[in-house]
Amino acid sequence: MKKKGSFLYSQKAAPFVFVLPFVITFIIFWVYPLISAFVMSTQNIGAVSREFIGFKNYAKLLKDNVFHQAVANSFEYMVLTCALLIPFPMLYAVLLDGKLVKGKGIWKALMYVPALTSVVISGTLFRLMFTEYRTGQMNVLLALIGLPAFKWLKVKWTSEIALLVLCCWRWTGVNTLYFMSGLKSIDKGLYEAGSIDGANKWQMFRYITIPLLKPTTIYVLTISIYAGLSMFLESFMLWAGNDSPKNIGLTIVGYLYKRGIQKNDMGYACAVGVVLLVLAMIINFTQLIINGQFKKEEK
Amino acid sequence: MKRKFLSTLMAGALAASMLTGCASAAATDSEAAPATDDAGVEAEAGTEAEASAEAVTTEGDPNGTHMEMWSFVEAHNTFYAKMLQKWNEENPDRTIEITFTTYPYADMHQKLLMSLQGGEGAPDLCDVEMGQVPNIYEGLDTWLQPLDDAMAPYAADMLTSRLDAYKGSDGKQYGAPFHVGATVMYYNLAAMEEAGLSQADIDAVETWDDWKALGKKYLDAIGNPDGKYWTSVDTGGCDWQWIAMAEYGEDWTGGFDNKANVELPSVKKMCQFEQDMLNEGIAEVSPDGHTDLEAGYQNILDHNIVAFPKAMWYMSRFTNYMPEEAGNWYIAKCPVFEKGQNCSVGIGGTGTVVTKQSSDPELAADFLCFAKMSPEGENVIWQDLGFDVCNTSLWTDDAFAHDDSNQYNKFFRNYPYDVLASIKDQIGTVMTVSISPTINEYMCNTTLNEMFEDGMSVDDALAEAQGAIELEE
Repeated sequence: MKKKGSFLYSQKAAPFVFVLPFVITFIIFWVYPLISAFVMSTQNIGAVSREFIGFKNYAKLLKDNVFHQAVANSFEYMVLTCALLIPFPMLYAVLLDGKLVKGKGIWKALMYVPALTSVVISGTLFRLMFTEYRTGQMNVLLALIGLPAFKWLKVKWTSEIALLVLCCWRWTGVNTLYFMSGLKSIDKGLYEAGSIDGANKWQMFRYITIPLLKPTTIYVLTISIYAGLSMFLESFMLWAGNDSPKNIGLTIVGYLYKRGIQKNDMGYACAVGVVLLVLAMIINFTQLIINGQFKKEEK
Repeated sequence: MKRKFLSTLMAGALAASMLTGCASAAATDSEAAPATDDAGVEAEAGTEAEASAEAVTTEGDPNGTHMEMWSFVEAHNTFYAKMLQKWNEENPDRTIEITFTTYPYADMHQKLLMSLQGGEGAPDLCDVEMGQVPNIYEGLDTWLQPLDDAMAPYAADMLTSRLDAYKGSDGKQYGAPFHVGATVMYYNLAAMEEAGLSQADIDAVETWDDWKALGKKYLDAIGNPDGKYWTSVDTGGCDWQWIAMAEYGEDWTGGFDNKANVELPSVKKMCQFEQDMLNEGIAEVSPDGHTDLEAGYQNILDHNIVAFPKAMWYMSRFTNYMPEEAGNWYIAKCPVFEKGQNCSVGIGGTGTVVTKQSSDPELAADFLCFAKMSPEGENVIWQDLGFDVCNTSLWTDDAFAHDDSNQYNKFFRNYPYDVLASIKDQIGTVMTVSISPTINEYMCNTTLNEMFEDGMSVDDALAEAQGAIELEE
């Protein structure tokens, strides 16, 4: 009993004990599934049997046009969401941080509300808004300016708009909050010093705010890349299922779901998952290296 | 001692936070899959609110055999609970207690499949949606209990073509159906009467050409206004193609043994017929792809289309989403290409299975067949769930089919079961096998859009589809 007690109170053991819950969850819910997914991706998994087939699933992926389209769709979505969801939230954060805006609390709350709404509900609402029928909001707006109803969700570029509107509606508030917390950590003295040196608002934004917001920006960029590549639910709800005309709304995760769940081909679905992981890793690591995230660690 | 208490408390808190983490992860996961409409095969469940969270209830005799049952539609479980009570009353020596769990669609099928593959954890009884049948049936009788013996007392009255749809590749019956899902033609008779047409005109329709001519007559009568059509063709569903295949007795899946072939004469004929109607301004493309979505309901409510083929279960869409249409609509059998052909096909559905892991597979099978095939059960299915039941002996039973208190009998101009009884021997089957999701997906995503939205020729579009499907086989 005494020995056990001394182990628990030991200065050396304590840190490990406290880290253990994380390590265990990490191993059970991350490392194990990862290894298992990789192993499964080299198998042909039938209902009652499974056999190793080496890299045949990956070879099939190379020839799979639908998969290529899903990758292209996800990439496009990821790039466009990053292009929209970093500058605008940054701008809103700066505005909300400044003296121009009244009723800041209300604005913050309003902007954050969409993130709390279930995508299932908002996706359905957006589907109804973008319906090709003339009673959909978007077609009502078109009718107001005298244009005929449009088949929004059957055409590539307009469906992309619908997805981006949904995404921006949902995440702008969250990203704005990130940037606002980043802004709070910037020393106000720097702006005073800047104004003494005669810098105008734009110069202060350009040479003080943006560089000092970099850690926040990198964080937001990293999660946006991952979120963009792994998008599924938005498209699933917008087309009321995983099937969209000519697969214009199919994403990598949508394809994984289609293969794994709808067609019960787990081996192939795992290969899709592994490719998604590798892609996300490559992009994020490149981005982090370019942004000098790893250099700092070395210092 | 105090420190020890404190550390225990902290460890407890950590453990608790871990568990909460799991719970919220599970919650988002279940949120991810509220599909009722899978791979183009209409689920019958659209009208019933799908369970958003797990709903668990235990019903029946606590001293009886205990069983587990899963469904993805809460109303189904309510139905089984009702039948369980009747079963226990009638079989005091074989009573059952069942714990019913309602899961979201994808979760439930995934859990069932995993537990069947793993050999443990499967429920005694489980609902399986038509689109998932090929996955769940893969293990045949190593996974599932054949129902052939249990359904023997009722089999003679059941519609064989529907039972066939739930047979395994070994010819054994593994699933018990809820409904036929027979396709019929829905007509807005009120709108047609305004245009000077009558029920007699509809009843005179035999072939698709007659039907198209009637459409032309209707449109001419109302002066061919913009935005008004006779019918709408689907790009997001294959109902029309299924009807055509049933008419010619063909099946693009090729059944269990053969290769899939979408370039069938029946399919080509129907696609060409639809494309011609589009070109002639008799038909439009269904808004948002098919009539079973909000825009489709609105299109019907606005009387933009006045005739369309759909399965019998679409009746519930009228009562749920278009109550204003009460008294307007008339149901008739679908036209055929050549006189004497089958005119209907069973679409969608839920086949309930008994697993081999059940505590008493025979008892479970007996209960299931009692619930879903006996006249008592079929009565409850029609009254509570509103499905066209598979027990054909009831179709001509006056008390059952002509009950004027029934909401569907009140809603439509004629008795739905009269139509069903008149086509009893003309209902075909298109199999759902492992290639089916691929075919449906390619047709609904690409081929039908190419033909009806982009005007691609039927032959080219189907040839492209065939190539893509062959790659998957």
